[in-house]
Amino acid sequence: MAKSLFDKIWDAHVVQPAPGGLDIVYIDRHLIHEVTSPQAFDELEARDLPLFRPARILATADHNVPTRNQHLPIAEPLSRSQVDKLTANCAKYGVELYGLGHARQGIVHVIGPELGLTLPGTTIVCGDSHTSTHGAFGAVAFGIGTSQVAQVMATQCLLLSRPRRMRISVDGELRAGVTAKDLILYVIAQLGTGGATGYFVEYAGRAVRSLSMEGRMTVCNMSIEMGARGGLIAPDDTTFAYVKGRPYAPKEAAWEQAVAYWHTLFSDEDTVFDAEHRFDAAAITPMITYGTNPGMGMALNGHIPREVPASEAESFDKSLQYMGFQRGESLLGKEINYVFIGSCTNSRIEDLRAVAAYVRGKQKAGHVEAIIVPGSKQVEQQAIAEGLDRILAAAGFELREPGCSACLAMNEDKIPAGAYCVATSNRNFEGRQGPGSRTLLASPLVAAITAVQGRIVDITQYLN
Amino acid sequence: MEKFQTLYSAAVPLPLENIDTDQIIPARFLKATTREGFGENLFCDWRRNPDGSPKPEFVLNDPKFNGQILLAGQNFGCGSSREHAAWALYDAGFRVVISSYFADIFRGNALNSGLLPLQVTDAELARLFALVEQDAATQFVVNLPEQTLHVPATGDSFHFAIDAYKKECLINGYDDIDYLVSQKPAIEAYEQTRTWTW
Repeated sequence: MAKSLFDKIWDAHVVQPAPGGLDIVYIDRHLIHEVTSPQAFDELEARDLPLFRPARILATADHNVPTRNQHLPIAEPLSRSQVDKLTANCAKYGVELYGLGHARQGIVHVIGPELGLTLPGTTIVCGDSHTSTHGAFGAVAFGIGTSQVAQVMATQCLLLSRPRRMRISVDGELRAGVTAKDLILYVIAQLGTGGATGYFVEYAGRAVRSLSMEGRMTVCNMSIEMGARGGLIAPDDTTFAYVKGRPYAPKEAAWEQAVAYWHTLFSDEDTVFDAEHRFDAAAITPMITYGTNPGMGMALNGHIPREVPASEAESFDKSLQYMGFQRGESLLGKEINYVFIGSCTNSRIEDLRAVAAYVRGKQKAGHVEAIIVPGSKQVEQQAIAEGLDRILAAAGFELREPGCSACLAMNEDKIPAGAYCVATSNRNFEGRQGPGSRTLLASPLVAAITAVQGRIVDITQYLN
Repeated sequence: MEKFQTLYSAAVPLPLENIDTDQIIPARFLKATTREGFGENLFCDWRRNPDGSPKPEFVLNDPKFNGQILLAGQNFGCGSSREHAAWALYDAGFRVVISSYFADIFRGNALNSGLLPLQVTDAELARLFALVEQDAATQFVVNLPEQTLHVPATGDSFHFAIDAYKKECLINGYDDIDYLVSQKPAIEAYEQTRTWTW
């Protein structure tokens, strides 16, 4: 029987069926960070359980680390205590830690792929909903809660019900100035913030296949923003070229064996999905969000909807009130004070290159504070090696040190109450970037142009 | 995990859709390294002004409403995977959240934390909101073994679905880790069958 890519990987990881129609699913890679792991380590201790497979865990400090002066002790006591606790737990249980000061420290979803730990055909979990990022490699990757973090620590397995399968195909070619971020913001705007709840999504179609690995990661990263359990893309030569030679990637004979297996990882031609959506890449334009969930997105030069279903009206208007916008309004011309380029969605070298390519020889608007937070030390080093740091500095952008930063504002990188921030991150929830902050999600290119212009503009008029 | 069988309680209505986990417990409160104490900051930015004073219009500050059931609009718990959201609700005294659907990760986290995510249809949810609007003191009976939600005052009764395994876990106070640890021999045997080295 025809099988989907998702089912091929899932089936290969079922240890055995469990009561109630569940499966015991084996997890190949477990990524942990300082925020959602301490209570899980405590759980092991309380139950006197050993850590079952420490070599299958990768740890990093990312969520609440400062993005300035990382060589100094963390000033904020609670953040410091959480990071110290991670360090102590990793030492105690023999887990490899890519903590502050490590040459490969960074956002967990940036360093997994960089290290070659993220591989096609694997199962990957992390106590973070953007674990779906790793699906870009043809992996089944999804976020879990802390109780499940403890389960994986204790048994390297989870007890799961198989999600339904959805395929989202984007055919054709993306237009100039339209990026992977616009593609996924468009899809989420079409399906809504809960539109893929209960599903695991496979992205397909020529526009998806044409994306680089960085672009594919951006797409899969935001699967959760329409409620999907995860998202994945069949691995191909683009994937293999990215993975080859990375520190943890298979080598020599193992590489050949791996690639032969990875070539079998695609949805069979006659696969029937529980839901199918098709979109035309040519219909996608640069996007921006206007509300307080990622489904509230529109074309940059469009208008906020005037009409919404009666059942959604109260939530919709509350959202617009928070943002200070009106139904039917255009955002063109809105003054913006903050631009944040970073997060597990858009903080990779390609994102920094896109920003630098646009701002070279230009200057950010005087009233804008523009910060760029690279996804990892590797991205930071690469940016410096390519001279991007000088281009960005000359344009008035501040290049920080790696971490999650103002995406969720757990550290000191916060947007003030009432201020507008065009951000390349993944969530525009109320207060996400600090209490009262107002976030407009967009691509790195839109963010760069906004920083230079100081207001929302129709970027098609401003492309280099 | 505490056992859950039957609950008699009034409900607190929060008729908004897509309530995300950043609202339930904002990220800046995730720095604690234990599970307890998050209830204090449940819905913090909806509940309090920046100076810490309560916002009287928010339902949790309205003395008219109380109870261990939260009644919320569709897609409750979307966003971040933070289990702290379920812990915060539990710590604040809630034992049931009723909505017409839940975000997947939140649903799992709630079940793993002894909080029952009770899913009803859109029409049933509208009816429940109407009942609470008519009379804030309306009592509900959540019977997990029978999988029913009953309103004694009006005779309304709804059946709800729940995974049979998860239902047993909640009723008995078991969690997945107990079961998975008991399956370690099978897990080790599976590891031996894997042919790839990466």
